[in-house]
Amino acid sequence: MATPGSSSVTAEPVAAWRPAEVREVVHETPSASTLLLDVQGWPGHRAGQHVDVRLTAEDGYQAQRSYSIASAPEDARLAITVERLDDGEVSPYLVDDVRAGDFVEVRGPVGGWFVWDTRDGGPLFLVAGGSGVAPLMAMLRHRAAAGSDAEATLLLSARRPDDVLYVGELETLAGVRVEITYTREAPSGWTGYARRVDRSMLAEVAPDPERDPRVFVCGPTGFVEGVAHDLVALGYDPSRIRTERFGATGG
Amino acid sequence: MPISRGFRRRHAEPPAGAALPPGQYLTEGFPVLSAGPTPHVQLDTWELSVTGAVDPERRWDWEAFRALPSETITVDIHCVTSWSKLGTQWEGVSVDTLLEGVEPLGGYLVADCYGGYTTNLAVEDVTDGKAWVAFAYDGEPLEPEHGGPARLLVPHLYLWKSAKWVRSLVFTEHNEPGFWETLGYHDHGDPWLEQRYG
Amino acid sequence: MATTAEMRLDGNAVAGLLREVFAMEATVALVSCAHCGSAGAIGAVEVYAHAPGVVLRCPACTEVVMRFARVRGRLVADLRGVGTLSLPASPDPR
Repeated sequence: MATPGSSSVTAEPVAAWRPAEVREVVHETPSASTLLLDVQGWPGHRAGQHVDVRLTAEDGYQAQRSYSIASAPEDARLAITVERLDDGEVSPYLVDDVRAGDFVEVRGPVGGWFVWDTRDGGPLFLVAGGSGVAPLMAMLRHRAAAGSDAEATLLLSARRPDDVLYVGELETLAGVRVEITYTREAPSGWTGYARRVDRSMLAEVAPDPERDPRVFVCGPTGFVEGVAHDLVALGYDPSRIRTERFGATGG
Repeated sequence: MPISRGFRRRHAEPPAGAALPPGQYLTEGFPVLSAGPTPHVQLDTWELSVTGAVDPERRWDWEAFRALPSETITVDIHCVTSWSKLGTQWEGVSVDTLLEGVEPLGGYLVADCYGGYTTNLAVEDVTDGKAWVAFAYDGEPLEPEHGGPARLLVPHLYLWKSAKWVRSLVFTEHNEPGFWETLGYHDHGDPWLEQRYG
Repeated sequence: MATTAEMRLDGNAVAGLLREVFAMEATVALVSCAHCGSAGAIGAVEVYAHAPGVVLRCPACTEVVMRFARVRGRLVADLRGVGTLSLPASPDPR
């Protein structure tokens, strides 16, 4: 894998836009799809990085958005998972309209702050709000593909069972503790968490602060800031907590 | 570059007879654009002033400001990020009213805002019924996200000139580019002339 | 209506833009704020991207650290809010 930012003079700059062919669209939930892409000259990525995606209309109009990469560096195709924002312009197209054989452009990978490599070790504590699970899934897929035995815990907050991304795969991840909390509607007979992530839930689920876990939090801005604030209050080292906010990105 | 099949800009069609400035498209929502956190200004500490190269300077607290005569304004607004919104209804105090008995000593001003934002304007662009300090939108007190308690409204220019959370109109002798103008946006910003960049 | 608090992003969100400016992965660079002196990774600064330009603010004091705008095919950067910038040095002997 090429190292992003390596100084080979022949390599195309990472900032260049590359054509990407959609090879498969997986409808993950009623509101989210995963696009599997073949990118010409893709230099490889690290788990947690993202890509900028650009769409060009027939009339030349262009729109650009940033999406987390959900696939592991080891995977054959680049995967991004897109959640539909109803008043959006790009996300409804990517979730509902795009199909195999269509083209988009991608630039990247970008980001070096919110990344995890098996060499970084564990314990790993991942906290996701909704579709914020995507870059964390890249980390868990990387962990599995690289045969890492780093201790890993995922705490995932979802509104309702329909909203959980990668649900089948989450059940089969070996050696990963997965805790889901439902904030609006839990499955019938559910005995797990059914509330917003709060300080006591974090205290129960997270590896002990003494063990100095690497913490990655991804989700909507308010969710991320609340979780990060609670973790610091619980005694976790702020320098080990890395966050990625989705914000209201305008779709 | 490859075309993404079936992708197109999402926008509403302008009603028959309505014209939009070049490069603009219609929106029915009211997008929130911001260069920073929303300042939450309390009315009991809020104030508005007319200062700098003027004689004399003026200052109002919220009560005094709201005691000034106000007007209802129905205007189209145009954002440089290319959305336009038609027929927006505001309530505000005309800048002419604020400048009654005040003589500007230069040709320019800077709108200085809570939160640190600034934008520069020519005096002739805020006088003669062209600009207001608005405190209500669509019949309701102006929400903080849209510039409340009060914002400048200069609807004949791109909306970045209609500074949110305005605190002071600082009159100047020379043109002093503001927050976006120093980064390359146009000093005047007329949407019909598509003056996006300087 | 989205509030500006919900629209606040972090430096990761503009990694692509920063790569255009710095020709390297800049989110791991350490930046100090010229206003308050606090320092941290660019990936952790606050970003306001829903505006005519992109504004990076210090998470400690909220003052502007960097601003960027695309103007007539050029990318304009204002770095006056930066105290120091600390980047991984190139490994290449020169």
